[in-house]
Amino acid sequence: MSAAPAAPSRIAVVGASAAGLSVVEGLRREGYTGSLTLIGEEAHLPYDRPPLSKQLLSGTWDTDRLRLRGKDDIAALGLELRLGSPAVALDTRTREITVADGSLVGYDALVVATGTRARRLPGTESVRGVHVLRTLEDAVALREGLATRPRLVVVGGGFVGAEAAAVACGLGCEVTLVTDTAQPMGDALGDELGALLRTVHHEHGVRIDSGVLVDEVLTDGGRASGVRLADGRTLAADAVLVGIGARPNTEWLTGSGVPVGNGVECDATLYAGSGVWAAGDVACWLNARTGEPWRIEHRTNAAEQGLAVARNILAGPERATPFDPVPYVWSDQYDLKIQIYGRTRGADEVRVVEGSTAGRKLVALYGRNGRTCAAVGINMARALRGYRAQVAAAAPLLTGSAA
Amino acid sequence: MDISIDFDKCCGAGQCVLAAPEVFDQRDEDGVVVLLDDNPPAGQTENVVQAAAACPAAVIQVRV
Ligand SMILES: Cc1cc2nc3c(=O)[nH]c(=O)nc-3n(C[C@H](O)[C@H](O)[C@H](O)COP(=O)(O)OP(=O)(O)OC[C@H]3O[C@@H](n4cnc5c(N)ncnc54)[C@H](O)[C@@H]3O)c2cc1C
Ligand code: SF4
Repeated sequence: MSAAPAAPSRIAVVGASAAGLSVVEGLRREGYTGSLTLIGEEAHLPYDRPPLSKQLLSGTWDTDRLRLRGKDDIAALGLELRLGSPAVALDTRTREITVADGSLVGYDALVVATGTRARRLPGTESVRGVHVLRTLEDAVALREGLATRPRLVVVGGGFVGAEAAAVACGLGCEVTLVTDTAQPMGDALGDELGALLRTVHHEHGVRIDSGVLVDEVLTDGGRASGVRLADGRTLAADAVLVGIGARPNTEWLTGSGVPVGNGVECDATLYAGSGVWAAGDVACWLNARTGEPWRIEHRTNAAEQGLAVARNILAGPERATPFDPVPYVWSDQYDLKIQIYGRTRGADEVRVVEGSTAGRKLVALYGRNGRTCAAVGINMARALRGYRAQVAAAAPLLTGSAA
Repeated sequence: MDISIDFDKCCGAGQCVLAAPEVFDQRDEDGVVVLLDDNPPAGQTENVVQAAAACPAAVIQVRV
């Protein structure tokens, strides 16, 4: 038996959020005692994003509650912590990272955990009253913007748009949600459950314009005054939230030779070659089971991938094992808790197997070519978990009544 | 083993139950974590530590 490869003696992690934190904690937990540098663009200690569009925006939590670990827990990890300065370039031959302050950080193994940033509508960067929601600062600015109870147009009906619309209307704003899908969250939930969500939003007073794109944000004296839709209509607004998805932060890897496409392109073990690994929203890896490249923007994925990368670095590329998760994501809107195991996209069948849409409490299985590809729960958290195994196994979605 | 839980921060992801089903459960509707055993046997340590690491909301603190 050949000896295990020597563990790298210097590990650098770029991106000090959920995935990066999970990597460094995973490494120490697995017994890694070498040097460990964590580089982060944001000045904050790692904080949690899901509450930004929920508890923080609604004002139930203050910013301190978002912190993922206390100062002492971070100190106990023995990191060289470099916050408030992004990595700007990478040389994989000399194995050095250039940081914005000009300093160089050498490494034997590098983890890219730089996540994604919010997509914007072109030309709106400096328009007052136009918001995106990705960082703590974004959320605080939006919360302040909502305090005057503006007419708010939310562009995009995905997770962030739908959650923010729910919170904003709870705060007394007049809210219109514009989405190019047929239903809010239609990409994730499909038409039947999307329709349920639309009903709930309506009941709370949110207007929904679906199946239409927003062409541009209208301005008046440098301030947002509304939006123009692709069908020619205009909607007046005092504030606009753009929630049209996110882009991987990979520009700093330009010229490094690290393969970048829709994120950092990794093999099934999250390895991108020449000592570079990736974790979290930025990682696009080959799913060993489906043969498809997957990039998943879910909070639990960031934590799980971070732990997997930590294990695989210590095992070495030769002995690394494939990362093969059952994706999980949740969304809170009004009194609905929506949870999804697996991938709903591409489903050709949806079957409610427990509860009902009328009761607003249900478990639905999503099938693709007769096999279970996802399970969605609304206000049935515990029951839903029982279906995870079926998703993991891609079990046949049986025909006939399953109730 | 000393387990403490910040129930208010729990987002009901159920990762803890997957890692340590003998120690954690969830409430039916909102999925908020339920601690089944606040002083589990040593054999459960690894699972509980794993649960704390996998929890997306950093809800579970373990002192071994
Ligand atoms: C408003 C909102 C609500 C969400 N709600 C949910 C939810 O309910 N459930 C769910 O599962 N998921 C949710 N998500 C998604 C979840 O937050 C992400 O999947 C998760 O944050 C990904 O973690 P990450 O560490 O990979 O990336 P990120 O959290 O994006 O962190 C990347 C970090 O890297 C830093 N960085 C970028 N470039 C550089 C550089 N060059 N040098 C150094 N640092 C750099 C960034 O500043 C950032 O701090 C939500 C996201 C948002 C924005
Ligand atoms: S993993 Fe964390 S957030 Fe999820 S149910 Fe358990 S304690 Fe709550």
